[in-house]
Amino acid sequence: MKLSGAQILLECLRQEDVTHVFGYPGGAVLPIYDAIFDCKDILHILVRHEQGAAHMADGYARSSGRVGVCLATSGPGATNLVTGIATAYMDSIPMVAITGQVKTTALGKDAFQEADITGITMPITKHSFLVKRTEDLPAAIAEAFYIARTGRPGPVLIDIPRDVGEWKIEFDVTTDYPRNVTIPSYRPASPNGRVPELQIRKAAQLIAESIRPVLYVGGGAIASHAQEEVTALAEKTNILTTTTLLGKGAIDETHPLSMGMLGMHGTAYANHAVNSSDLLIAVGARFDDRVTGNVDKFARGAKIIHIDIDPAEIGKVIQPDIPIVGDVKVILTELLKHVLPREATAWNDTIMEWKRRFPLVYPDDGKLYAEYAIEELSKAFDNECIMATDVGQHQMWAAQYFKCKRPNQWVTSGGLGTMGFGLPAAIGAQFANPDKRVVCLSGDGSFQMCTQELMTAVVYKLPIVTMIINNRSLGMVRQWQEMFFSERYSQVDLQASPDFVKLVEAYGGVGYRCTTPEELKDVLAQAMKIIDRPVVIDCLIPTEENVYPMIPSGQSVSEMLVKTDLESVKASVHADGSEWSFSDEEKVLAQYVEIASEISR
Amino acid sequence: MTTTLMAQLQQRHTVTVLVENHAGVLARVAGLFARRGFNIESLAVSVTDKPEVSRMTIVVGGDHRVLEQITKQLNKLVEVMKVVDYTETAAVERELALIKVNAEPKDRAEIMQIVEIFRGRIIDMSEKTFIIEVTGSPDKLDKITDLLESYGIRELVRTGIIAMARGAKTASRSGRESSE
Repeated sequence: MKLSGAQILLECLRQEDVTHVFGYPGGAVLPIYDAIFDCKDILHILVRHEQGAAHMADGYARSSGRVGVCLATSGPGATNLVTGIATAYMDSIPMVAITGQVKTTALGKDAFQEADITGITMPITKHSFLVKRTEDLPAAIAEAFYIARTGRPGPVLIDIPRDVGEWKIEFDVTTDYPRNVTIPSYRPASPNGRVPELQIRKAAQLIAESIRPVLYVGGGAIASHAQEEVTALAEKTNILTTTTLLGKGAIDETHPLSMGMLGMHGTAYANHAVNSSDLLIAVGARFDDRVTGNVDKFARGAKIIHIDIDPAEIGKVIQPDIPIVGDVKVILTELLKHVLPREATAWNDTIMEWKRRFPLVYPDDGKLYAEYAIEELSKAFDNECIMATDVGQHQMWAAQYFKCKRPNQWVTSGGLGTMGFGLPAAIGAQFANPDKRVVCLSGDGSFQMCTQELMTAVVYKLPIVTMIINNRSLGMVRQWQEMFFSERYSQVDLQASPDFVKLVEAYGGVGYRCTTPEELKDVLAQAMKIIDRPVVIDCLIPTEENVYPMIPSGQSVSEMLVKTDLESVKASVHADGSEWSFSDEEKVLAQYVEIASEISR
Repeated sequence: MTTTLMAQLQQRHTVTVLVENHAGVLARVAGLFARRGFNIESLAVSVTDKPEVSRMTIVVGGDHRVLEQITKQLNKLVEVMKVVDYTETAAVERELALIKVNAEPKDRAEIMQIVEIFRGRIIDMSEKTFIIEVTGSPDKLDKITDLLESYGIRELVRTGIIAMARGAKTASRSGRESSE
């Protein structure tokens, strides 16, 4: 049968089990939208800005593990996707972005709405295709999906000129769609690949010999669906585990062996455990600067096992003692066969003691704080909801206080740190998970960067609960200006913001405002009952609140700032009357020795 | 080998990259070098005996860790088929230069002598100039360029290094493959 390029595109998307396409029409994609008009089995979600479409595809992918798909027209449509594609690239999220392009005959002529989008996105895509013949379209689509989801996942762009979508060619999907893609020059580590057994044995040996091991787990474990294996490894060896911002959910954060997040705003105990460790097992993590701070001072006494699917990550920042390249799930499955069971030791007790003494804390003085609001939000949904966040202080508080039970529950822009990501990502997550509740945690700054997608949520009756942590300020920038720029608050004042309650009402959603902890409880109870439209809860918190603990950029654990000005913390720090301070490396190790000797007695 | 020579060798690597002969591949490779802050000293590209494969020879500065990142990052590009580092392999390296030099009648004999010593050829001659073609190692080209400088070089173009392993090894079949 003769089909147009646009019809072939949809046939091929069906072959890839695509059920949702987030997009926005325009001139160059008219043939594709004409084909979509007849398409009943793929839901096209009309967004309000192409950036929203890219973030939705991203949120869809992060919350489901499937490939997200977005569609935009040429020129401005395509360039509006760029931030979303870069966000997905930095966090290795599988996504296929389809863009329209001017006709092949007009390419390179500065035609109306022409932009060299394959050129523009070259540094932020895993690969890209400019399809110049309709005959090449099926292979390009098959390869795009294959590349996006295999190996280290990432976004792939397919640029389709208008006439390529119009031309008709003979096409039979059963014979003309390449089901098994092989690209000779692309050989990703696969789940069926060879296992580097020697390296794994050496790793098991190091684990057996180590005294103060720590497991450091990143987004690679989520991409590899390796929660069971990570948890099994932690449990078999009794090794305390810390997750990165993107690794949240790789182990249940309420698990006794979980230390929560590490890094710049990680828990004090996770950072001290890593810093004092003699063996760091990095699993699908890339030693990002927000994790390591000053690399020269990071985990100096530790041997390092680095497991990653991407060979280029090995040795990029830190030279490991044992590099293991491969799929995290495959490698951990094999490693589990070789590691010996290990009892909890004095090292475990030390960390538990740190956990007890240096918990995450916030004041209990009757005011509404972000940390409390996040805890209440989590409680209201029994920690079962999917949480999408924006970027800034609220994101770090959420990383600290929202305890993930499982993978794909936490949707946040880590690498790129994209403000405006939260709401559209939550929408994408809701489409991927119609049976789950989805919440979006945002800030008064971030929320205003993609607010227009409230309309999309209203049109599709999505019951997403957005909580705005509103401090009338660009809080994270303000925090840095307070600490490192002599309180010179330059351009961070957001007193002038819309009335978020009225704003969401204007879109057709429901808005609430909270100023006290009591109000919040009531509002949450009401918000949960709304299941046919989006809800926005505007939480007014004090402007001056900062995120702690904090390791200033480029520094190390010994420079960690904790909330020592708070009475509650002081009480716990000095519970034994000692002068013990957390920012003293030697004393941390002395503490370990002390506890260790107590245990052995 | 003297230590300075060792250091120099560590700083300069000749990398051969076999890529799919598609439009835009050069942009991807060059973009990668620019983006990651790798310094290209020379770059030569041409099609190989297989029309679907192009061969890039890139001379790049940096220590072994930089080189390791370069080869790994290159391998991540979907269209890159193979990366071979010739730094520790016995390989021949050649470069070709065309030099347009002032050649007044009184200097011609001298210049022709120099060209002969360097086994070059004069491929064009005008009343006042020669164009000299010379092939060899980059060092050799540097030297003849220096010698011709005194007559006045009007124009100089060099192809950049191309390299090939000695013996039966080929880039597509063997050679020291980058780690994967």
